[in-house]
Amino acid sequence: MEFFERFAIYHPSPLIYASMVAIGLVSIAIVVGITYFKKWGYLWNEWLTTVDHKKIGIMYIISALLMLFRGGADAIMMRLQTAVPDNSFLDAQHYNEVFTTHGVVMIMFMAMPFIIGLMNFIVPLQIGARDVAFPRLNAISFWLFFFGAMLFNVSFVIGGSPDAGWTNYYPLASNEFSPSVGVNYYNWALQISGIGTLMTGINFIATILKMRAPGMKLMKMPMFTWASLLTNVIIVFAFPVLTIALLMGTFDRQFGTNFFTSMNGGMDMMWANLFWIWGHPEVYILILPAFGIYSEIISTFSERNLYGYKSMVWSMVLISLFSFTVWLHHFFTMGQNAFTNSIFSITTIAIAIPTGIKIFNWLLTMWKGKIRFTVPMLYSIAFIPLFTIGGATGVMLGIASADYQYHNTMFLVAHFHNVIIPGVVFAVLAGFTYWWPKMFGFMLNEKIGKWAFWFLTIGFCLAFFPMYVTGLDGQARRMYTYSEATGFGPLNMLSFFGAGLMAIAFALIVYNVYYSFRHSPRNVGDDPWNARSLEWATHNPVPEYNFAVTPEVKSSQAFWDQKKHGHKLFDKEYEEIHMPNKSGVPFIMGVLFSIFGFSFIFAIWIGVILSAIGIFACMIHRTFEQVHGFHISVKEIKETEEKFGGADK
Amino acid sequence: MKLKWAFLSLVFTMAIVLTGCEPLLVLNPQGPQAETQANVIWISIATMSVILIIVLAILITVLIKYRASKQSDDYEPPHIKSNPIVEGIIIGFPVLIIIFLGIVSVSSTYKVETTPEGYEDQEPLIIYASSSNWKWHFSYPEEDIETVNYVFIPEDRPIEFKLYSYGPITSFWIPQLAGQKYAMADMVTTLHLAAENPGEYMGRNANFSGEGFAENKFDVTALTQKEFDEWVEDIHQTAEPITEDEFNELLKPGHLGKLTFTGTHLDFSPAPEGEHAGHNHGDASEQEDHSEHSNH
Repeated sequence: MEFFERFAIYHPSPLIYASMVAIGLVSIAIVVGITYFKKWGYLWNEWLTTVDHKKIGIMYIISALLMLFRGGADAIMMRLQTAVPDNSFLDAQHYNEVFTTHGVVMIMFMAMPFIIGLMNFIVPLQIGARDVAFPRLNAISFWLFFFGAMLFNVSFVIGGSPDAGWTNYYPLASNEFSPSVGVNYYNWALQISGIGTLMTGINFIATILKMRAPGMKLMKMPMFTWASLLTNVIIVFAFPVLTIALLMGTFDRQFGTNFFTSMNGGMDMMWANLFWIWGHPEVYILILPAFGIYSEIISTFSERNLYGYKSMVWSMVLISLFSFTVWLHHFFTMGQNAFTNSIFSITTIAIAIPTGIKIFNWLLTMWKGKIRFTVPMLYSIAFIPLFTIGGATGVMLGIASADYQYHNTMFLVAHFHNVIIPGVVFAVLAGFTYWWPKMFGFMLNEKIGKWAFWFLTIGFCLAFFPMYVTGLDGQARRMYTYSEATGFGPLNMLSFFGAGLMAIAFALIVYNVYYSFRHSPRNVGDDPWNARSLEWATHNPVPEYNFAVTPEVKSSQAFWDQKKHGHKLFDKEYEEIHMPNKSGVPFIMGVLFSIFGFSFIFAIWIGVILSAIGIFACMIHRTFEQVHGFHISVKEIKETEEKFGGADK
Repeated sequence: MKLKWAFLSLVFTMAIVLTGCEPLLVLNPQGPQAETQANVIWISIATMSVILIIVLAILITVLIKYRASKQSDDYEPPHIKSNPIVEGIIIGFPVLIIIFLGIVSVSSTYKVETTPEGYEDQEPLIIYASSSNWKWHFSYPEEDIETVNYVFIPEDRPIEFKLYSYGPITSFWIPQLAGQKYAMADMVTTLHLAAENPGEYMGRNANFSGEGFAENKFDVTALTQKEFDEWVEDIHQTAEPITEDEFNELLKPGHLGKLTFTGTHLDFSPAPEGEHAGHNHGDASEQEDHSEHSNH
């Protein structure tokens, strides 16, 4: 009996049971639906076994959108709970679980996969490659992320969600203060998806360094590719720290070691250090690709070349280096001396220099341009002032003495949402809209998109700007309630209203996908935006082999060169194209990893051993597997190209 | 255009709220440390506003002047190579701002980490503040008294709070007197402050520490030195001494009202500081083992 009690813990709120039932019903509906429409074969052959970077990219984006709604539901619940003083919609424990899962889901399972999804789709196209360097590894990366995310979500139904904050500080996250299996879920879900991310990092570095089209020197890469390269370098340096820290936490909780305890020589401060040595670079992993996306979009819709290409690249290199030198600013208040805090304060605010350079470069890119206010451009324009505010408050937080007053308050919450939402979320939505025709061959409706943009921007301002004020008035973050006497009530109500507007915006975005799928014209051609970089030199949607002929490039705006300066991108005859085989093994490995994680969480050792054997069996199978890929014949290429209305040859 | 107005009105509203009639706690300091911090906050807001205004001005100009709808159809934007003078300005400008704020940051950081300015000649009052789930224990070793969830301090005298925790990391914060500092189980941290005026101030744990975190607050009262001495005297006459059993009972998770004792728990449950800092959690026999080892 005791064994089963660990799986089904008691919840005081009927709301949770209702959501569990809803999750169950939706899952059954999906299975029934797929069976009814006889789509299992299609799903398996076209998606689950694919190694095509484009399909993997799309799957990343779909998963990220799903997680956006999970994390968004958490956010709405938090805002609702704190909208009025002494509210009892959620109790303290439930609220703690909600903000913990909100943080983890939004960072790890929404923002990062969205960014990686766009990277997957766009980077090989921007460099004129057929796929990533290791397509099979790419599929494993995706399935590890996906099953890590699913495992994390299972915690809601079975065993209880983590409740120690997304920062998961020890000793709060230790067995003593967090006895449910929630933190075990945190450890294993992040571990499994983190391994996937690390593989992505290696894969993309190899892809970008080795697979660029002839003529594309490093300093002739499109800006998004540059951003992706640096991001993946950060991933490769930062993620092993998380892997080890999570493993140490797992050992503490499950095998009684004392890495992060305050007894027997353990040290709780070590977790904070390790977490942020990964955690700070992590936020640059999110923001650098966003900078890349904005660079592409601002340049396209201003019809101008990107101003200061070299300084753009060098400032990103500097940001990447600095990202590893600032982690201590997440705990200026941990008792270091003034000298240590001063050093980290200076490194922190120094990041504003390369970031400021980029802001001015974007402004100068619009200078003398011909600015078209499309949906992607609207997001990029709103990004500039809003991100400047977020950056400015970041500099304010970086001043160590003043941070003693901002730390752990709503001011901090306002700041990081102020950089992540206009920075990352606006970027992925802009990129999503901008590259949508590249993925599916039709456009998203501009009118609905603009409505969504305004709802999101105004909602964002109303939701987060009041927090700067309540933070300075003494509202600590992560408080599930507050008394009326504090006077936080009206501004928190305003925040809730803003969050509501943002929810409407996301609903509109989903509706836009549905509406455009039904009503958008399908003959948008290959260049609907009058774009500049190489990914637009192939068809919409992109054929399986990306480019019929490998392009020859002479600048960072290869497609523009072809359109305006008569540069010949494709000056070769068709040749047979070698493509990688698809494989079901990555998916199976993902399933095995999730069984491994789940068994480990509940210390079911037989499950751990069996799934570990399965994982190794998959690897051994791969070692002896004889697959050489397949070839697309010249005839097939010709047929496909003719179907798209003739190649540019 | 719409964007510009929406944005300007937001900045405007924020300015009104920020400077509104009820001053915000952090910007209404009642002691030298909090005042230093409030000044730094105002300086940085002012500096950052300059940047924001410049960025906005350029953005609005560009959007108005170079909209596609204002240009002829055959206008082709030029290819503009980067100009070293322009690049120098956009690099130099942020560098200057950061040098300025760097100086502000370093000087103020040293300032808040020492005895408050103007109080260097006075002997500081030392108070140990330790957190347990979800309470604060205040021990006055010199006065030999202990309180729970409230603290009385004399005004115009430097105070040193020695912070540590019997559980998760917490953060000791009295917004109107000084910024916050962590209290941890294996190390003692020090927070310097002084109160310039008598009065009641809000104090709380700012770092999430589990279920009872929201209510993990304490009241701070600043009294004149004379009133403070009377208060101490009064406690010695009326309160019961704290015992080890009773203290262990207090440590159990939960909320308590305000309590007062004579004596301090430091006698039987010392703070993790000094020679054995961070290592005096083991039992006595273990420590003996250590000394034997060192004899070899």
